[in-house]
Amino acid sequence: MREITYRDALKEGLREEMRRDERVFLLGEDIAEFGGTYKVTQGLLEEFGPARVRNTPISEAAIAGAALGAALAGMRPVGEIMYIDFSTIALDQIANQIAKVRYMFGGKAKASLVIRTQGGAGRSSAAQHAQSLEAWYAHVPGLKVVMPSTPYDVKGLIKSSIRDDDPVIFIEHKLLYNEKGSVPEEEYLIPIGEGDIKREGKDVTIVATSRMVLRSLRAAEMLAREGIDAEVIDPRTLVPLDEEMILQSVKKTGKLVIVHEACKRLGYGAEIAAIVSEKAFYDLDAPIKRVAAANSPVPFAPKLENFVIPDEQAIIKGVRELFG
Amino acid sequence: MIPRERLIDVYEKMARIRSFEEKAVELFLKGVLPGFLHSSIGQEAVSVGACMALRDDDYMISTHRGHGDIIAKGAKTDRMMAELFAKKTGYCKGKGGSMHIADLDLGILGATGIVGGGLPIANGAALACQLKGGDQVCLSFFGDGASNTGSFHEALNLASVWKLPVIFTCQNNLYAESTPQRVHQNICDIAARGGGYGIPEMCVDGNDVIAVYDAVSAAVERARKRGGPALIECKTYRWFGHYVGDPGTLYRTKEEVEEWKKRDPIKLYRENLVALGAFGEEDIEEINRRVEKEIEEAVAFAQGSPDPDLEDALEDIYVGRYIP
Repeated sequence: MREITYRDALKEGLREEMRRDERVFLLGEDIAEFGGTYKVTQGLLEEFGPARVRNTPISEAAIAGAALGAALAGMRPVGEIMYIDFSTIALDQIANQIAKVRYMFGGKAKASLVIRTQGGAGRSSAAQHAQSLEAWYAHVPGLKVVMPSTPYDVKGLIKSSIRDDDPVIFIEHKLLYNEKGSVPEEEYLIPIGEGDIKREGKDVTIVATSRMVLRSLRAAEMLAREGIDAEVIDPRTLVPLDEEMILQSVKKTGKLVIVHEACKRLGYGAEIAAIVSEKAFYDLDAPIKRVAAANSPVPFAPKLENFVIPDEQAIIKGVRELFG
Repeated sequence: MIPRERLIDVYEKMARIRSFEEKAVELFLKGVLPGFLHSSIGQEAVSVGACMALRDDDYMISTHRGHGDIIAKGAKTDRMMAELFAKKTGYCKGKGGSMHIADLDLGILGATGIVGGGLPIANGAALACQLKGGDQVCLSFFGDGASNTGSFHEALNLASVWKLPVIFTCQNNLYAESTPQRVHQNICDIAARGGGYGIPEMCVDGNDVIAVYDAVSAAVERARKRGGPALIECKTYRWFGHYVGDPGTLYRTKEEVEEWKKRDPIKLYRENLVALGAFGEEDIEEINRRVEKEIEEAVAFAQGSPDPDLEDALEDIYVGRYIP
């Protein structure tokens, strides 16, 4: 199978959906001629024109609000917020409007839209361009939250997100865009709410998201050399969450390590830990371990950034602790 | 020249709003209605004058003080009243309440309780109209307080650069909750802010329903012909406090309120109608009786309607099923 980058897989997904459904259009900052800060939309202006690939002013609330209004009037917009850090400017529109209209209006409205954004550290982008805010959105009923880690997943999930009748917060990672992986030529979709076992194992379950999936897989290979066979699960979507996949894995391994790049305190790992405690406590033979970023802003200095964000060694250390 | 039946329709709509609002206030003070209530009494001419300039297939988005706007766009008073009573037969099945009444079939994109939150959404609906190639428009109501939010400024700028068919209609009732306009902004005419965004602006007497109609009509006609957005400020006054229960006396003088009551928009219009000779007092009284009867029936409908079922609480969060 051919190998393409996360960026190109994502772009293919967008292009296919725009070709399939003329209600789909893109709006965001610098997405047209410039092709987006991470070049995801490069070339789409040429194919679809300025009406459907729309540059906006630097106005995140206006982007999210326009996406919602257009959705209410029957379109299927994909709004891009350049950095998830900037989505805070759009938080009223996302949390109070987009997430709520269907419920507040008694089920009459549909906010069928996608907000694409990217987060994560690793490029010395400092505290306002490198956050992982997925838990904020996962906390708001009415939103779906999708966070793919591979080229295959990002393509299948962007297509499903665009077709989904509910609003989807689609969170990419700035350091995944250049990652390559197998993506079939033929069309496929990935259902929202299905996790994926990225590596089968029997001794410990590692649930990881986004870029931490890659690091967890590398950590698992290193652990294998010392005789620990780790299963790595990528939930791929946080809301809805494939609970069953995680619970089944924990039943098999008896041990759970959760890895994410967001701060540990009230990160999504806390939710997974709580679910497993409630539903699979007696399957556990060790405490649940969370490997996550320190509860600090993301520092600028590469040395400090590397220190607060979990790496393979931190994951390995977390796993080893469960094996006494 | 406005045809005779339209003239009387304008009166009837204003009378319907007044009657609905008076009844809602009465019921609220009796403790029959849950939550809180923002009365639009005194502002009827803005709601009716503006909505009269719209077609049925145009969009409108309102605010927390939205009953008048929604009635003016054609919403049914019985289903509105049922919503205020938190009944299953209400527009939002009892899940939205006074501040969030929507009827997508009538182009009413709801009402948002977040001051300023509606303007970016109006842009999106207007964008959908533009992309679909029709000549529909979207009208966004908001108050003087909203003109200080980031949403207002982001939305005006985006509407301008995209030449969106959106009519920003400011109901300047001189107070942002309890804060007088002279305290919350250093300008008299909010309309002047249109110029800063290259948007045509107009300032009208918001208690003169025909003046509002004329101004909004001109803006709507221009927008239908791809002329872009407009900002129309309608100077008016709310007779009650910010919410029912706020006497409005801590920040306004009795004399000021009485002066504005002398300029009751319904009384002014009624006097004009009679002076025109087109209608007699008896015609007007007949309308008043009809409207009062309609509102009594709306109350009876609401009171006779079932409460929501408990399981309704978990429906309509998503188009798809509840996500636990």
